Amino acid sequence: MRHTISVLVENRPGVLARISGLFSSRGFNIESLTVGETEDPSISRMTIVVSGDDIVLEQVNKQLNKLIDVIKVIDMTKEKFINRELALIKVSINATNRSEIIQIVDVFRGKIVDISPKTFTVEITGNSDKINAFIELVSPFGIKEMVRTGAVALSREYQKEKPKKGDSKFSGG
Amino acid sequence: MKKKGAEILVECLRREGVEIMFGIPGGVVLPIFDALYDSPIKFILTRHEQGAAHMADGFARATGKVGVCLATSGPGATNLITGIATSYMDSIPIVAITGQVATTLIGNDAFQEADTTGITRPITKHNYLVKSVKDLPRIVREAFYIASTGRPGPVLIDIPVDISKGESEFNYPETVNIRSYKPTYKGHPVQIKKAAEEIRRCKKPFIYAGGGVIISNASKELKVFAEKINAPVGLTLLGLGGFPGTHPQFVGMIGMHGTRVANYAICEADLIIAIGARFDDRVTGKLDKFATSSKIIHIDIDPASISKNVPVDIPIVGDAKNILTELNKEITPKKNPDWWRQIKEWQSKYPLSYSRNGKLKPQFVIEEIYNITKGNAIITTEVGQNQMWTAQFYKFDYPRTFLSSGGLGTMGYGFPAAIGAQFGKPDKIVFDIAGDGSIQMNIQELITAVEHKLPVKVAILNNGYLGMVRQWQQLFYNKRYSYSDISKQPDFVKLAEAYGAVGIRVTKEEEVRPALEKSLKVSDKPTIIDFQIEREENVFPIVPAGAPITEAIDYKDIELA
Repeated sequence: MRHTISVLVENRPGVLARISGLFSSRGFNIESLTVGETEDPSISRMTIVVSGDDIVLEQVNKQLNKLIDVIKVIDMTKEKFINRELALIKVSINATNRSEIIQIVDVFRGKIVDISPKTFTVEITGNSDKINAFIELVSPFGIKEMVRTGAVALSREYQKEKPKKGDSKFSGG
Repeated sequence: MKKKGAEILVECLRREGVEIMFGIPGGVVLPIFDALYDSPIKFILTRHEQGAAHMADGFARATGKVGVCLATSGPGATNLITGIATSYMDSIPIVAITGQVATTLIGNDAFQEADTTGITRPITKHNYLVKSVKDLPRIVREAFYIASTGRPGPVLIDIPVDISKGESEFNYPETVNIRSYKPTYKGHPVQIKKAAEEIRRCKKPFIYAGGGVIISNASKELKVFAEKINAPVGLTLLGLGGFPGTHPQFVGMIGMHGTRVANYAICEADLIIAIGARFDDRVTGKLDKFATSSKIIHIDIDPASISKNVPVDIPIVGDAKNILTELNKEITPKKNPDWWRQIKEWQSKYPLSYSRNGKLKPQFVIEEIYNITKGNAIITTEVGQNQMWTAQFYKFDYPRTFLSSGGLGTMGYGFPAAIGAQFGKPDKIVFDIAGDGSIQMNIQELITAVEHKLPVKVAILNNGYLGMVRQWQQLFYNKRYSYSDISKQPDFVKLAEAYGAVGIRVTKEEEVRPALEKSLKVSDKPTIIDFQIEREENVFPIVPAGAPITEAIDYKDIELA
């Protein structure tokens, strides 16, 4: 199963290397990883999408918690959370398909941010499924280039059912 | 008043209680060595940085204090790597300090530059590259705190030369506060109650204890616990000494070269109480045949060790000593008579033994070392047959008396570790039980022992082979002894003499005792005893790699075949 994990870490040089090194040395699969500063400049938030069964995920959480620079690990998948990704997609266009592509972009509430005689560059945000669906729809026209940020996520302020203590957040160690 | 970085470092080390450190100087650590010149800290100049790291490790294992080693940048640092990885795998608290090229040169492929923090990231509990002199006191403080608390481990501090030379006001932080590092020491009371309940209910309990018992100084509490519930106790390699080897409840080491009794018992038990052990593959053998019908209570300070290899029913995260103390209050005495009837039967059927055929047997040598030291010595080992025979035939009654590289399996560990242990415990008899292969991997430290008049004893079980490799080739590769014959070797007696140590050669059983007696009389230099043992003696029992631990091969099986 795919999990979105939010990792709060000390905002220091070398921390990203520690985390990515941990994933590679322990054989965990990263699907995507994003890092950025939080409201507290001394803390960065990493959003890591990782796939694996429960045993693997338990190890991912525990091993992350063992790193001295890791402050908190939250498995978002066990809560309600907002999940967004941004993609820039350069689609080939011609006289006959321009309007069709514009329509698809509109439906997905994307934006055309650059135009050339032969291409549109589309900016699209949403969860990964939405972006995948968009890519699937425009790929018959020809995708010349594409970049995705990987997911970022935050938990929702109102959780319908509060997760039980010790259930969603792994204790530090 | 402003101080130089190097002076700040040495002052911080002194305040951490460091009395001794091991290492070798070099270009970018010259400022640190200049500061050490006037310091009360005793510095042991080794002949190779690997020796320094293992000495720090041996010192730490024998004393329970943090071991410290120091090396220069580049090759000095990379030479420490094997030692650091050894400590990491066995959770040994050491602080390794390395020099680094000046901050302005980092990344320029400067002379003797290596990315030390990058290289050591996966083999340290934590590491630091110091970027400012004023951070140095905090970093040293944190390094010792992290190394010695929670699940201990090595911490490395990489110090660029301009930091050592640079100046700053010296402010020593009295306390350490790392917001992201708060190890759990107290076990959860609900989990402890649950464990006690399970112990009350079980009929065939088995205690599986490891190095964590020794690290947390929980041997006394373990003994009380084991005696109260009258459970058989099996130990891991690193757990040896954590429970008395002569105790009637001790059934031996578990795993690949464990006793059959211990391996049968852990698989037949209805409750396994794992304490400070991590279900390593050398212990469990084939996982889906390991302890299939038992419940498992697992006490460990590292949450990541719990349910990593084997699913656990009742995890208790915390310090073994604390938890056992609490658990001992909750449990009621039990006898388990039927269980003991079964265990006694196994014990009489499958004792640890070897064939006495008049030739010089390594097991006999180890038994004699045990007899002559009355089990009171500190024993280090190298890795391979010498290590397993020692684990089987020397009875360790006390914690911190068996020092061996378990996790990483580092040949060349035992001798420098013995030197480190002897520095930490000057009044103890220290033996390194070695093989002729392993001893040659750090033999250069012989001169370090001679220089400091250390009466370390090295018993080389000399069979002219990389013995464990040869044993596997014999058993699993049709006796094709591919590059495991090392019978072309130095004369170890002359070698000892060349270094200024005592050398003794033993070729017969009756010479063993006199040689050991002679070595014990030498008090101001090391002794090397070259025991020329039967060449193709094997370690038995042996569970083939990947087999269930109940399916061991014994020497009798081979002789009959």
